[in-house]
Amino acid sequence: MKNPMFSHEMTRRGLLKSGMAMTAAGLILPAGMAMAQTEPKKGGVFRAGIGHGSSTDGYDPGLWDNLYAQTFAAARHNQLIEVSADGALVPEIAESWESADGITWTFKIRQGVSFHSGKPVTADDAVASLNHHRGDASTSAAKPFFDAVTDIKVDGQSVVVTLSAANADFPYLMSDYHLPVMPGADGKIDPTSTDGCGGYVVDSYEPGVQATLNRNPNYWKSDRAHFDQIVLLSILDPAARLNALMTGEVDVIDQVDPATIGLLEARGVAKILSVSGNAHYVFTMDARAAPYNDNNVRLALKYAFDRQELVDKILAGHGSVANDNPIGPASRYYFAEMEAKTYDPDKAKFHLKQAGMDKLEVTLSAANAAFSGAVDAAVLMSEKAAAAGITITVDRVPDDGYFDNVWMKKPFCASYWGGRAVEDQMFTIAYQTGAAWNESFWSNAKFDTLLIAARSELDEAKRREMYQEMQQIVSFEGSTIIPMYNNYVMALANTVATPDKVANNWNLDGFRAVERWWFA
Amino acid sequence: MNDIWRMIGQRLLFGLLTLFVISVVIFGATELLPGDLARELLGQSATEETLAALRDQLGLNDPAPLRYWNWLTAALQGDFGVSMATKRPIADLVGARLGNTLFLALYAAALSVPISLTLGVLAALWRNSIFDRASNALALTAISIPEFFVAYILVLFLAQSGLFPSMVRITGSTTFGDQLYMSFLPALTLTLVVTAHMMRMTRAAIINLLANPYIEMARLKGMSPLRVVLRHAVPNALAPIINVVALNLAYLITGVVVVEVVFVYPGLGQLMVDAVTNRDIAVVQAIALIFASAYVLLNLIADVLSTISNPRLMHRS
Amino acid sequence: MQILLAVIIGLALFFAIGLASRATLRGLAPAHLVPTFRDMPLTASFGLAVILIYVVVSVLAPVLAPFGESEVMGAQYLPWAAPYHLGTDKLGRDMLTRLIYGARNTVGIAFATTALAFVVGTVLGIWAALVGGWLDQTLSRIVDALMAIPALIFSLLLLTIFGTSVLSLILVIAAVDATRVYRLARSVAQGIVVMDYIEAARLRGEGMWRLIRREILPNAMAPLVAEFGLRFCFVFLAISALSFLGLGIKPPTADWGSMVRENATLITFGDVTPLLPAGAIALLTVAVNFVVDWQLHRASGLKE
Repeated sequence: MKNPMFSHEMTRRGLLKSGMAMTAAGLILPAGMAMAQTEPKKGGVFRAGIGHGSSTDGYDPGLWDNLYAQTFAAARHNQLIEVSADGALVPEIAESWESADGITWTFKIRQGVSFHSGKPVTADDAVASLNHHRGDASTSAAKPFFDAVTDIKVDGQSVVVTLSAANADFPYLMSDYHLPVMPGADGKIDPTSTDGCGGYVVDSYEPGVQATLNRNPNYWKSDRAHFDQIVLLSILDPAARLNALMTGEVDVIDQVDPATIGLLEARGVAKILSVSGNAHYVFTMDARAAPYNDNNVRLALKYAFDRQELVDKILAGHGSVANDNPIGPASRYYFAEMEAKTYDPDKAKFHLKQAGMDKLEVTLSAANAAFSGAVDAAVLMSEKAAAAGITITVDRVPDDGYFDNVWMKKPFCASYWGGRAVEDQMFTIAYQTGAAWNESFWSNAKFDTLLIAARSELDEAKRREMYQEMQQIVSFEGSTIIPMYNNYVMALANTVATPDKVANNWNLDGFRAVERWWFA
Repeated sequence: MNDIWRMIGQRLLFGLLTLFVISVVIFGATELLPGDLARELLGQSATEETLAALRDQLGLNDPAPLRYWNWLTAALQGDFGVSMATKRPIADLVGARLGNTLFLALYAAALSVPISLTLGVLAALWRNSIFDRASNALALTAISIPEFFVAYILVLFLAQSGLFPSMVRITGSTTFGDQLYMSFLPALTLTLVVTAHMMRMTRAAIINLLANPYIEMARLKGMSPLRVVLRHAVPNALAPIINVVALNLAYLITGVVVVEVVFVYPGLGQLMVDAVTNRDIAVVQAIALIFASAYVLLNLIADVLSTISNPRLMHRS
Repeated sequence: MQILLAVIIGLALFFAIGLASRATLRGLAPAHLVPTFRDMPLTASFGLAVILIYVVVSVLAPVLAPFGESEVMGAQYLPWAAPYHLGTDKLGRDMLTRLIYGARNTVGIAFATTALAFVVGTVLGIWAALVGGWLDQTLSRIVDALMAIPALIFSLLLLTIFGTSVLSLILVIAAVDATRVYRLARSVAQGIVVMDYIEAARLRGEGMWRLIRREILPNAMAPLVAEFGLRFCFVFLAISALSFLGLGIKPPTADWGSMVRENATLITFGDVTPLLPAGAIALLTVAVNFVVDWQLHRASGLKE
């Protein structure tokens, strides 16, 4: 069998190689420390208790917005490209991909793979799957990814995507969880169908309650999807998840309540799996509105609270301090040497004075819908800020409708980012001037110029330099307070075995726990 | 007796009116909530463009009165429509969960009504005894603890030891016996939550009557205290007791969302909260009407029974 | 063993507090009230003492509390040792301080809410029973319609629309509670209005308000008072349940219902932290209802 990685490397031009060199800072084991890798065993019924899921969840890939829907999707679908546990792109339904100029991308579709229904996977299916997210009538949350796509067409066994401008990181977008390959008919996919080409076939599904899936006997990956059956349970209450794990009703739970991590470890009934990634908690300030339109006020707030305290108390240490930088330590170009901001009331006062103020009174809107512990984090910030002459009134708003009513409406509020694999994606969707999700309405001409330039920069060293400069600008001139990167914290029954390296791009091994893990 | 039948007919008519009013209130309140289904489905990922496309697809751009009228005309023909979020027929979505909800409510009622009535009568009989005070204090303690916390404590003692499962997983192959076993902890939680209320009402209603001359008379005739309470006090105290039982039964059907969440019990409460959160109005309406019907019927039964128990009331209606 | 010890200590405290408060009350009471307090059962004197203690703590909270209400002192979940006698909560605030301020906020809100619900519910309920006819029908149907919407979901809708300030919280919970009080008051009053003495009072030409206040209310008092004792503690529960759904009282204000919710997960591991606020609520509930029972007993006119 042809080594897909090798053929892939061979066909790529030097300028695009940088995209493949990405490694994760998160969980790398020292070289040579080869763990006694137990060989994955087949069999067993794997039950996962997931802290999301709603009775209104559906099968439409454009609307998957919670960890339950995403994990359920990863169990039954494959995508063009998979993100491996160490953060590299690896071929899935696209056997290889190449581009000569970063504008025209060719994805070669793997032959011999079939959907659960028995229909072979073709390039037409892949095009239909991508087109579901394009066009005026599309209702997909992934629609903005395709803004720069001018054409998608079939060329023999390949899919050819044409962009309006070069983008070295385009393949990363194709690994997004919204974009599974589903069977197409007349150029359209059926968004109410469960059919996919993934490792498990849906047996039953009750939205917001549970899904049962059986192993796909014809799965093309022979070394994946080890369980005979998987059951995905939606358990919203953190204490109920803990109890389910401790009483043996489930084998793994996600989103362990930080307050209980230590107690659970002491019990010895489960292993804690804490994976650091790029996900981060955010407090955004509306850069158009006074007083946040003055960068000195923003800096004063950035120096007025204790980041380490938040990591200790909100995350129980399962995370790391962030320096108002949305590019996390798991990223290629993470700027680790940037000047750190510590709790410094005097510096905060200095910046207030620069802004012509003695004291500052602001209201911070938060709900735990933004991120778990957002209200507590806001309370802690408010307590510390008092010493700098800053009064932060915490306005706890209802969870219900938070992202409609508060987010991007109130001038100072909490938000959350799952962390993006590529710097360009993170910056483009949330920091570029006028971007749809530019939640702080921040605009910086120098940043925008650098962002466009870096996308097609050939030289690796120069590219790194440009991305680090952008991080510096966002951190010290941006309108976003990013106090910490949160780990994905899961608890596993002692019988569950995982590979040495667990992916840090998303929860539950990048949603792939169901096909990467096994029972020891 | 004709009076009773007339009253039932009248009340059923009013019940229908109540349902209509509720459908308007719920529709209006859901409309008043910030955001809509499109917004909630897309969540943080929403952009104006995708929102517009989704609203168009879901028919959310029609004016509210028109959408209500469309819903009402369909509902009057027995068609409650499909969930806008999942496209599943409402009957399909609600059916199984309604069964689960009624099962849990009846289970908890079967435990709590006999317990609380017995305890209430005994407490009235042995008023001010150690038994009275202790059962009272225990019931009050149980009722003053939030129900999710009662559930956690029960799980700590009864599930972590392996006696009962900590969550309820009902599948197609679950037998009745299994369901009874699995649902024991949620039913017990609810029993603890509602018992104190019914027990105290029973006790208070009976004691309230004990100073009446006819009770004194019965006692002077040498009747045993138990017989006095059962023969003379209980029948006259029935009206408030029936009312409080009806209230609690209705609560067991409509108000148990927190217990459902803690035990992962697939009932209507969780479905309704999800539907409200997502502004899936068709589902909200259907469940609100089910809950309302339960209320109306239980209250009607309570009123009929109270009226029968107190013949003097009959002459007024 | 520990449980047994706790029960013994609890009972000892109960008797000590009960006896001490009965003796004190008897000593301090004006002459005409002395017999009342002399015949008071131990449970009632215990209840009165606890309520008094809660009131004193509520009023003097800023004096009694060792630290500020929302002051972050140190690490989270510190053990029970001086100066944090009950440890710290998950943000590192002194637990004892939070409990003391919690008394003030929680009891105040619960009392205001219940009182409001009872005034509105009772007056309307008795009025409806007394007048009957279309007024009774209209009010009862409106209340039926409101009650037919589950309380928690109704509160959730209203609070999402009107915001979660303390005032809207009080009004929303009181509105929901008042419907329940109305139903009870009406059904109790219905049993009374058919009595002969009401007919007689009507024939004497007594006004509506006087009928309600002088003739019906005193005779409907017992079940209403019993209901008051429970409704009072239901307010704590409502706040706690709302905080389960992400509403409830806004931080950093300390209230017991939310404190139970915040720390509830710890009980899974047998940690007693969440039992402190839960215990505070339970103790107050039991105390209030002990006093209610005593009043009920006195009102019933039974001599034993």
